[in-house]
Amino acid sequence: MRAFAYERPDRLADALALMAVGDGSARPLAGGTDLLIRIRDGSIRPVTVIDVKGIAEFSRDIRVDDGWLRIGARTTMTDLMRDERIRRDYVALAEAAAYVGSVQIRNRATLAGNICNASPAADTAPALLVYGARVVAVGKGGRRTIPLDEFFVRSGVTTMLPGELVEAIEMPLPSGRRGAVHARRTRRRGHDLASVTLAVAIDPDGVTRLSYGSVGPRPVLVTDETGVLADPGASDDARRERLETLFVDASPSPTSMRATPGYRLAMLQVMGLRAVAAAQERAAS
Amino acid sequence: MTMRVEVTVNGRQRSVDIEPHHTLLEMLRDDLALTGTKECCLVGECGACTVIVDGESVDSCLMLGVEASGAAITTVEGLAAGDRLDPLQEAFLETGAAQCGFCIPGQLVSARALLHGVPHPTRAEIEEGLAGNLCRCAGYEQIMEAVELAAKRGAAAREPHSSRVATDVASIPDAQVAPQ
Repeated sequence: MRAFAYERPDRLADALALMAVGDGSARPLAGGTDLLIRIRDGSIRPVTVIDVKGIAEFSRDIRVDDGWLRIGARTTMTDLMRDERIRRDYVALAEAAAYVGSVQIRNRATLAGNICNASPAADTAPALLVYGARVVAVGKGGRRTIPLDEFFVRSGVTTMLPGELVEAIEMPLPSGRRGAVHARRTRRRGHDLASVTLAVAIDPDGVTRLSYGSVGPRPVLVTDETGVLADPGASDDARRERLETLFVDASPSPTSMRATPGYRLAMLQVMGLRAVAAAQERAAS
Repeated sequence: MTMRVEVTVNGRQRSVDIEPHHTLLEMLRDDLALTGTKECCLVGECGACTVIVDGESVDSCLMLGVEASGAAITTVEGLAAGDRLDPLQEAFLETGAAQCGFCIPGQLVSARALLHGVPHPTRAEIEEGLAGNLCRCAGYEQIMEAVELAAKRGAAAREPHSSRVATDVASIPDAQVAPQ
């Protein structure tokens, strides 16, 4: 691997100062499961790698903070899968985390890293989007929150400013019983990236939020306020028609080696119908 | 510029001076001469480099040596106690799980981490627990049998170095809505 300087600051201010030093190539290191691969293959060449795991603010914990469930920047996929509250109130996120890589990857990979990598196929993105997540970013100008739907731009690009770091990801606490589910289509179970990824959350008030990824440059969030997707009595045709309208922003890449656009769009429909049915069952149980 | 890293490897305190861009895998193999841990894909897909760090299995090719500072690490060399093989190793021998053998250190370490968290795993839990370890000889059936056999014999009690529970995907309800 190409040589770099390694820093492990204890203080947030020092980390931000280090991010600003030099040519802007400095990279934060949390789990490293994406970063080290990209350094090794030469696609990025940081002069300095800043290990953020010593910074107290970048915690490895999940806690309630003023009406939000706060997931610290060092929280891993395995942590998410084990957390009782995530499993109970944010089950689609627990399911999404369980699909990431393998045990070894999930033990290192962080939620913050997964969204900062901004892959269109990011497993956790649709679940976070349907739960209304926001990103707490910290930079030299201070802290700000970015709704996750305004965070993703395209593969590898976010609305984070140069030198900013993600301190936490927050989701609003649930207002009542909801039904949510994560679904994923891939060529094989295991390390493969998603060909289609999708999450559905039906709120107690009949509003359904649906998010889909790996079918365009970034994950898409859409809302059904008609009540059709939340209605257990709605016909399959009615649901299919509603989903078709909501999937209008799907534009799979024709050059992807994982699946053709036609296949992905067909699977999106199938998975959408199944996921809506599963979410309704959960809402009712 | 090298950095000093203090680690506990297989119960023994070690002090290593390494370059910061060297992985934990390189540190184990090149600096500590623990070549049981294998280098293969270098992208976290094959699991040949699996070791246990503070109770959790990781791909050592995706972790810097300096990140292991202060950690307790178990490699395949740490599974046997002197001349006495780990029950997992015994079971791997009995079922013929090792074909060419290259993936076996990683398989053993992943199985060790799994059994510590889930002493009596179901078949599905074994498959998920070892999903990050590829075997190009396709000896999966014998590997699964070996883990089942070791679990039956109470292999979970053996691990001295780890404390955290393994990941239990199978206990998440309805984790598979999409066809796999």
